[in-house]
Formats: sequence, C-alpha cells, structure tokens
Amino acid sequence: MGLMERIFGHGPRWGVHPADRKRPAADAPLRTLPLPARLYLPLLQHVGQPARPVVLVGQKVLKGQLLAEPQGRISAPIHAPTSGTVAAIGDITAPHPSGLPFSAITLASDGEDRAIENEVPADPFALSPAAVTELVAAAGVVGLGGATFPSAVKLALGKRTEVTTLIVNGGECEPYLSCDDRVMRDFAAGVVDGVRLMMHALGAREALVGIEDNKPEAIAAMSKAAAPYAEIRIRPVPSRYPMGSDRQLIQTLTGKEVPSDCRAADVGVIVNNVNTAHAVHRALRQGEPLIRRIVTVNGGAVWQPGNIMAPVGTLASDLLAFAGLKSEPARLLMGGPMMGAVLPHALVPMVKGTAGILALAADEIATPVAGPCIRCGNCTRACPIGLLPLEMAAHIRVDALAGAADLGLSDCISCGCCAYVCPAHIPLVQYFSHAKGELWAQERSKLRLEATKRLAAARVERQEREAKEKAAAAARRKAERAAQKAAEAAAAASAPTEAAT
Amino acid sequence: MNSTLLAAAPPTAPHAVAANSVSRIMLTVVATLVPATLYGFWLYGWPAIDLFLVTILASLLGEGICLRLAGRRALPELLDGSALLTGWRLAISLPPWAPWWIGVMGGLFATVLAKQVFGGLGQNLFNPAMVARVFLLISFPVQMTAWVAPLPITAELAPGFVDGLRIFFSGPANLDAVSSASLLGYAKTELSRGIDLMHSLAASGAPGNSLAGERPGSLGETAALLIAGGGLVMLFMRIITWHIPAAMLAGIAVPAAIAHAVDPLRYLDVATHLLSGGAMLGAFFIASDYVTSPNTKAGQLIFGAGCGFLTYVIRTWGGYPEGVAFAVLLMNALTPVIDRYVRPRILGRNRRGAPLDPAIERAKAAP
Repeated sequence: MGLMERIFGHGPRWGVHPADRKRPAADAPLRTLPLPARLYLPLLQHVGQPARPVVLVGQKVLKGQLLAEPQGRISAPIHAPTSGTVAAIGDITAPHPSGLPFSAITLASDGEDRAIENEVPADPFALSPAAVTELVAAAGVVGLGGATFPSAVKLALGKRTEVTTLIVNGGECEPYLSCDDRVMRDFAAGVVDGVRLMMHALGAREALVGIEDNKPEAIAAMSKAAAPYAEIRIRPVPSRYPMGSDRQLIQTLTGKEVPSDCRAADVGVIVNNVNTAHAVHRALRQGEPLIRRIVTVNGGAVWQPGNIMAPVGTLASDLLAFAGLKSEPARLLMGGPMMGAVLPHALVPMVKGTAGILALAADEIATPVAGPCIRCGNCTRACPIGLLPLEMAAHIRVDALAGAADLGLSDCISCGCCAYVCPAHIPLVQYFSHAKGELWAQERSKLRLEATKRLAAARVERQEREAKEKAAAAARRKAERAAQKAAEAAAAASAPTEAAT
Repeated sequence: MNSTLLAAAPPTAPHAVAANSVSRIMLTVVATLVPATLYGFWLYGWPAIDLFLVTILASLLGEGICLRLAGRRALPELLDGSALLTGWRLAISLPPWAPWWIGVMGGLFATVLAKQVFGGLGQNLFNPAMVARVFLLISFPVQMTAWVAPLPITAELAPGFVDGLRIFFSGPANLDAVSSASLLGYAKTELSRGIDLMHSLAASGAPGNSLAGERPGSLGETAALLIAGGGLVMLFMRIITWHIPAAMLAGIAVPAAIAHAVDPLRYLDVATHLLSGGAMLGAFFIASDYVTSPNTKAGQLIFGAGCGFLTYVIRTWGGYPEGVAFAVLLMNALTPVIDRYVRPRILGRNRRGAPLDPAIERAKAAP
C-alpha cells in the first residue's frame, strides 16, 4: 500500500477490517457429528410465525418427517433430523442472551437414522417456477446466512416484482466463521445446482456469486463448478466487513443502491446465501428437507476448531464436546464476534440459522471500559450506511430519541463497525438497540392510544346516533299515533254518513 | 438512558474491538510533536524548557483538581494524555521566554475554564489551548508579544541552566536587548509606518529562514517543516485525515496568492504566509483537534478552509499580526452549525434524506 493510498484511502470507503481468524478452522476437513441422543427443535427458527406441531408426545417419527407445519404467510415447517421418539413439546432455553424459555420439540434419537421416503422430481427444471418454490417451502428452507427469512417467500417475490439478478452471498465477512467457505469448497457443484434452481424459481437471468478475496480456494472451486454456466458469474469482492450484508454486497456487485424503504427485490435483485443454495439443491435433488447444516466451531478455547456437519437441534455443548475444549471458554457466542449473540450456557440448541458456535478465550474478548466520546469521527467513517453514530449516541444519552431517529437510526443495521473502531469503547450498538426498542414501544403505545381514541369516538358517535334514532322513532310513533287518531276521528266522522246511506 | 441498566446487561456484539484507545491517539499526537519541540528547546535554551514544563504541569494540575472536585477517579483520566496534549499545544504556542506565571495561568486556564467547566474531555466547544492563548494575549499583550531571537542552547551567549531559571522567574536583565518582532509582526509594523514589503523584508531572509526556524517565534512556529513532518506522520498513522490541514493551508494560500499577485508590495507571498506564525501548527495540530472540529469530511473541508481564510484576513487586515488562534476559535463556534447542516448521505437515501427511487436503481447497469 503506497503512501498516498494510506493517507487518502482505497477500496470501499465504509466498514472495517477486523482480523479474520478463519484459519486454521477453515482449512480443516469437514467432519460429521455422530448422532446426538437428543435434539431440541425450537418452533421458531425463522423470521415470521412459529411453526405448529403436528406430532404428539411419544409418537415415533422418521428422519425427514414433518414435525411442525407453517402457520401464516411467512413461516416455515420443521422436520425430524433423525428417527426417534418425540420426547417432549414444551419450553427450553432459547438460543438468545436472555436465556428465556422457548417453545420446542424434543426428539429422542433411536440411533437408527431411518429416513422417510420423499419423492424427488425427475427434472426440477421441467417444473413450473411456482412448483419449485412450493417444494422449497415444504422442505423448510430458510436463509442460512443468519437472517433465516423463509426462502420460498423470497423466491415467490420473483413473480410479483421482476427479479433479473440473483446474488449469491459467499461473502462471509464475519471473523472466525467458515461454514460458507467450506460449503463452496466441498459442495461447489451442489451450490451451483442450487443457484440454478433458484434462478429458475425466480425467473432471474443472471446470478452473481460474491466471494470475499480472502477465500481463494472457494473462489477456485466455485469458478470450476460454474464454468459450464455462462449465466452464473463468480465475482471476488474485497474482504471488508460487512461485505456480507445484502445492501453492501448488492452495491458492490451491481452498483445498485437499495432505497431505504424498499427491499432488494424492488430493484430487481434477490440475495441468497451459498448454504441456502446448497439446501435448495438437497431439497430438490435428494428430497432432504433442511435438517442439518454446516456449523463452524471455533475460538481460542476450542481444541480442534473446524466445520462440522450437524443435525439442526444439536446442543452447543454436544458440538463443543466433539471439537474438544482446551480451557473454560470466557464467552460463548452463537454467530460471529461482530453480530453474534452471547449464549447464557452451552445447553442451547443450534438452529437453522446458526453459522457458528464460538468458544472464545479470555484474551479474545473485548472488555474495555467505556470512556467519554472525543468526537474523533472514526465511527462516521466506518459506518457502511453513512450514519453519524456519535451524534445519534449523544442524542440517545439524553433520551432525545426523536433526534436520534431524525439522524437515521432506523437505517442502522447493527453491524457493529462503529463500536469496533471506537477508541473510547462506547457500546454504540447497545445504545442503538436500546433506542430502537424504546421507539418501537413508543410507536406501539401511540397506536394503542389512537385505537382507544378511535373506539371512544366511535362509541360517542354510536350513542349519539342511537339517541337520535330513538328520538326519531319516538317522533315517528307519535306521528303515527296522531295519524291513527286522525284516521279514527275521520272514520268516526264518516260513519254516520255511511249509516245514512 | 439508564447507564446502570446497561452495565448489568449481558455483553453484546461486537465482541471484538480494534486495538485503539483514546490514550494511544493522544500519545501519538504528542509523539509527533516531539521533534519540533526538541528543536525549539535547542533554539531557545533553558528558559523555554522551563516554561514548557511549567505550562504542562499547570494544565495537568488544573485537570487533576477538577476531576477530584467532580468526584471522579483522577489518575486514569489524567493519564489518558488529553491534558498533557492540551498543555503541550499551549506551551509550544507561547513566546519561548515568557515568564513563569504566563505558563501557570495559561495551563490552568486551558484545562479548568476551557475544558473541565464544559464537562471535561469531549465536551468543550473551543480548543482549550487556543482559548488559553487568546486569554493570555488579550490580558498580557506585552509578555505575549515579546519574542526573542533564537540563540541555540550550545551558543556561548545562551543562558545556562541557572541563568535560565533566573530569566524564567524574574525576566531577562534587559528585555529590549533580546526581544525582537516575529516576521509577521515586523512586516505589519513596517507597513503601518509606510514601508513596503520590498524594503522591510529585504533583510529578513524570508521565507528561507522560516524553513529552518532561524527567526523569532514560539516553539511550535519556528520549525514549520518539523511541524509539517509531524503532521504527515499523523496522516500516515491515520490519527487525522487530510481534510482539515489541506483545507486550512489552502484557505491561507489561495487568498495570499491572489493578493500577492495584485500588489506584492503590500501583501506577503504564499510561502511566507504558510511558513510563518502558526499556520503549520494550526493546520496539523490545532484545527484538527477532534473535539472542536466537525465530524464529516465535507464539514471538515469547510471548517479548515474557514480557519485558513480567517487567519489570512486577520493577519492582513486585523489588528494582530497573527490570527491562527482567533480563526480557529471562530470556526470552533461554527462547528455545531456545520455539523447540523453538513451530513453524509445515508445509503438508500438522497441528500435530503428521502428514500431513493427504486425505478432508477433498478435501471442501473452493472459496473
């Protein structure tokens, strides 16, 4: 890097470049976890409505059998990762720092791993895009990059808004994680096939596979696998966190900027992770629903860091026991160090969206004491969205949440770049999460207040209307009575005449 | 927002941080000032060293007292390097042979009234060192404009350690014999007497002597090249960005070039302007102070250009021969306004904050 580049900058103007710490875990061959005795399958492993159990406690199930069906428009089913008995349906610890209980199906494995027979279409490309999307939905495939948005819902967007480009996210910008790297190295053909299937479902003309240039082996493997298909292009991108964030990757690969109130599909682009592509491939070619995934087990406290193919619902403790622990981990994380969540303990199951379990040693975790902001502006330079984290934090510190919202708080993606570079170690992401939650609560109570007001106004209006109607009815009855009387009087008056004739 | 709640919450992402800290930044800035300061010590001898030490001690003392009064743990905050840097910036902007009480008052004023009264680190609106310098300049104009000609510490006539202390505490035996005007001051005085620059500067050797610092000035002014070198190191270490220094130097250079081209007998040339007074020190070390400058690139360009332009205006038409301190303070006052109106564009929104048009983005071709 030259002097001028050093002073004037180069590459993307946003983001940070943390030490990636992906190797040696990324280079270790993929291992398969021996079947755990028990699996814990939360009913909500995706964005949207939780799935509804369709099995009973004590019921025997086969591998791949439906355990819980989707409910609502945005939801995903859950399948049995192995054969066994449904041991319980109830609360377990959620894979979340709160450690709050969470509804889940507990499956006791019978060790036989007998699979259900699933029909596989002879040629999925002969199916209509809608039929492919339906099969993806039935397989319970969700976004495996971490967002866990049901993939079929995304694929169906291709019908409603014309999607021309499928972007396949092989960025994997989070340090420590290498499950995307591994799937591209070991299953490149499957990933490319999944990409083609998704293109078919979307009606997309081209696919761009963005891979950070710190993964040369993956780039080589994918380039080889995609060589026969001109419509799939492998595009190395600079290693820069958060390159794996969809808006950043879309901008880097296509030059398009997703408007802040739109989804990627609105500009003709859909982003899917490489592991999601592989899951689509397995669902359509092997009839295997999403019941296992590659998970990275890494960190300074891990004896044999690497990637492990494990059934969904495996406890973090089982994964750590398989990889071995050198020392008591100082912090357990689900996901990467930039955006991952702290696990309260290791008896928490990995879910569909779990890319990694990190057991970090004491020297790897940051516990600096926060100091006052010196307005150095590092956070504004690092923010991939172009926000002013220091100004937003100054507003939030004095509870001026509206001011923070005016500065663009709702555009914040909580990537953590600002907190990463802050020399005063201010927990900026916490500030923003707090403010977002508070604003959300305020919005809710405002809506509730408005609803109450609306109801009260409707009641007053109804009472007034009823009173008016009552009065009108009374007047009508009075008029009717008067008319009747008049008629009677007239009849009485005319009676003698009648009698006279 | 309740900070005790935050402290009790489980640690949240990010779980990794860059190896950087406030004290690392402060101490790096100090380190880049060391060569110019040492050169100044050599030029001005023991009285300058004494003044430098006393000024820094006074600013640390003021900071420490305030932290104690505020009931904070004084030592860690005192050692974060910010008070040291404030004292350092002030010390190298003073006349090198100023008496001891100038250093004491300036140092205390900088950290107590210009920084801690505002709420401490990060809260002050104005650059503490420049506030203190202007306070001293207005209150004690004689002492603050008594420059001495450089007399290298190794020279035979230079005061020794004991003589240095005597000068420092009771003033030089004959101030008039050693005092001398700074280049900008001299030019201004001569101009006001009706002597044009061609004649007045003929003997001064400007701007060549300014390069080597062979002329009267403060510690931080004389060695313009060493100061600029320190500034370049800060740029390289990414402590500061190029925006403020470049804009400030351009803010001085552009009007100077135009005016000099119009009337070289009345207006000093660009090189003299850039190498004299506090131009370099101001551009790299004073105006670029994080706390008191805008936090966007565009804002920093406006701020820097304003500092430079005001410096030129004050030097050329103002009552004082030098204007860096005043210019920086005036622009410090404008910083909140600049920050309010100059904001970066948010991704997916236009400059006014409205979301972009999806149809236009959809039509964009791949690069």
